[in-house]
Amino acid sequence: MADPMRIRAQAAGDKATVRVLMSHEMETGQRKDSAGKPIPAWFIQQVTAQHNGKTVLEAQWGPAVAKNPFLQFIVKGAKAGDKIAISWLDNRGDKRTDEATVT
Amino acid sequence: MKPKWTLLAGAATLVALPVAAQKSSAEGIAEYRKMLEDGNPAELYEVKGEALWKQKRGPKNVSLEACDLGKGPGVVKGAWVELPRYFADTGRVQDVESRLVTCMSTLQGFDADKLAATPFGKGEMANITALATWISGQSRDMPFALSQAHPLERKFYALGEKAFYYRAGPMDFSCASCHGEEHKRIRLQDLPPLYKNPGDGLGIAAWPAYRVSNGQMWSMQLRLNDCLRLQRFPYPKFGSDVTTALAVYMGVNAKGAKSIAPALKR
Amino acid sequence: MYTRRDALARSAAVAGIMASAGLLPTAAQAAWNQAAFEAKNMADALKALGGAAPTETKDVTLTGPDIAENGAVVPLACACALPGVKRLMLMVEKNPNTLAAVFDVSDAVEPNFATRVKMGQSSNVFAVAMMSDGKVLFAQKEVKVTLGGCGG
Repeated sequence: MADPMRIRAQAAGDKATVRVLMSHEMETGQRKDSAGKPIPAWFIQQVTAQHNGKTVLEAQWGPAVAKNPFLQFIVKGAKAGDKIAISWLDNRGDKRTDEATVT
Repeated sequence: MKPKWTLLAGAATLVALPVAAQKSSAEGIAEYRKMLEDGNPAELYEVKGEALWKQKRGPKNVSLEACDLGKGPGVVKGAWVELPRYFADTGRVQDVESRLVTCMSTLQGFDADKLAATPFGKGEMANITALATWISGQSRDMPFALSQAHPLERKFYALGEKAFYYRAGPMDFSCASCHGEEHKRIRLQDLPPLYKNPGDGLGIAAWPAYRVSNGQMWSMQLRLNDCLRLQRFPYPKFGSDVTTALAVYMGVNAKGAKSIAPALKR
Repeated sequence: MYTRRDALARSAAVAGIMASAGLLPTAAQAAWNQAAFEAKNMADALKALGGAAPTETKDVTLTGPDIAENGAVVPLACACALPGVKRLMLMVEKNPNTLAAVFDVSDAVEPNFATRVKMGQSSNVFAVAMMSDGKVLFAQKEVKVTLGGCGG
C-alpha cells in the first residue's frame, strides 16, 4: 500500500482551501535505467476529492505531473469540521484514499 | 499555516508580477523557490519519520520513543539543533543519523553494521532518513546551539576544521574550495561560506532537504557524502568521524542561526 | 515485462471493482483519456477531449514562474473567472506529450487549481478552459527552464 498523503484543509469564510501532497514516483516512461532499459511508466491517472462524502472534484493526470504530486483546490461551502477525502488511482491499478478534517 | 499561494478568484485581480519585462535571473529563481515553499514533499518524509519513531519495530519489537537524542530519552524537540554532541553511553560524538543507528540497534535489536552499510534511499537507511527528517522538523526555526563543553566535542571541532581545509584527491579540492569564501556560486546555486556563520537557513541549517531535481530526501550524511564525491574523495563510511566532525565544525560556526529543516532544494 | 495492454487490462479490472463500489467517477470520465494524454500538441489534445478551436482570453489565468530552477518541478495554477467552466487543463507545448492535467469543475469547487508539472525544456505553457457552451478559451505563458549547478 502506498505511503499516506498529506492533506491540509483550511476554512476561510464560506470556502476551504485544500492542499494535498501525494507520495508517488510519477515515472514518465521516458527515462532509462543505468543498463539503458526504459523504466516503465508509473503514474497517477485519476484523482477524486470528496467533501462530506460528495464528489466535488475529478481530475485526470498524465505522467507530466511532478513526482510527489501537489494539488491545491478550493471547496465552496466547506467549514471547519467537514471531511475532505482524496483518492488516487494509478496506471498499475494501485490506489490510495486519505481523509482530513477542515480546520 | 498561512497559505502562501494566492489563487485568483476573478480576472480583475491579477497576481502582482513585476511590470518590467526583464526580471533578473536571481529574482526569477527566488520567485520560483517561494512558489514551492508551501507543500514541500519533505512533509511526506516527516509523516513517515514520526510513524517510524512511534512504531514497535525490529527483532525486539520496541518503538524508538525511549531513544536519547541528547536531551534525555524521548525528548525530540530541540534535539536537532544541539547535534552532533558527545554521548556518554557510547563515548562518542554522534550526529542524529549515527544516534538513530545506536537507538535502532540497542532498543530495537537491528544490526548496527548492517544499518550503516545500507545504501542511501534503500531499506532501513531510507527509514533513518525519514526519522532524521521528522526529528529536524521538530526543531524548526530554533537556533543552532551545539555544545563544546566536552573535550571530545572540542577535538571534533578541530578535526572538522582541519578536514574543511584539507586539499586532496585528483582535483586537489577541499571543502573550502567551494565554501571557503563569501559570494561564491556554482551556476545558479549560491555557495554558503561555512568557515563562519552563514546565516539563518543556510548550510547546516538547511538540511535535511528534499531535492526537486531528483525527487529525493537528502540527510546531512548524504549531503556530505555527495560533497566528498564531488571532490573526488573516497566514499566515506556512514557516520564516520570525518563527516561527524565536519557537521560539528559547521554547527558550532552556525551558532544562533535558525534551522529551516526540512528544507526544499533544487 | 508489464505492457501497456497489461496496464489497461488491470485498470479496466480495477475500474470494474471501483465502479461496483461506487468509487469511480461518473461514466463519462471513467476511462483515462489515452488519446488526449498522448497528443503531441494542443490542437490534437483538444480534439481528443472533444473541444473546439481555442481562443486566447484574459478571462483565463495561468500563474507560474518565469524561470524554473529545475524542470522536474514547475508550479502552475490555472483559473477561469467566467461562469460555466466545465474543465480546466494544463498543457506544456514542448513536452513529449502536451497535456499534463485535466480538472473537471463541479459546482462545489472554484475553477481554480494548482499543481506541479515536469517540463523537459523551456516552453510555452497553456491553461485551457472548456466551457459549457462549447467554447474553449486559453491563456499562455512562457516558462524558462534552467538546470542549476551541483550541490545546493
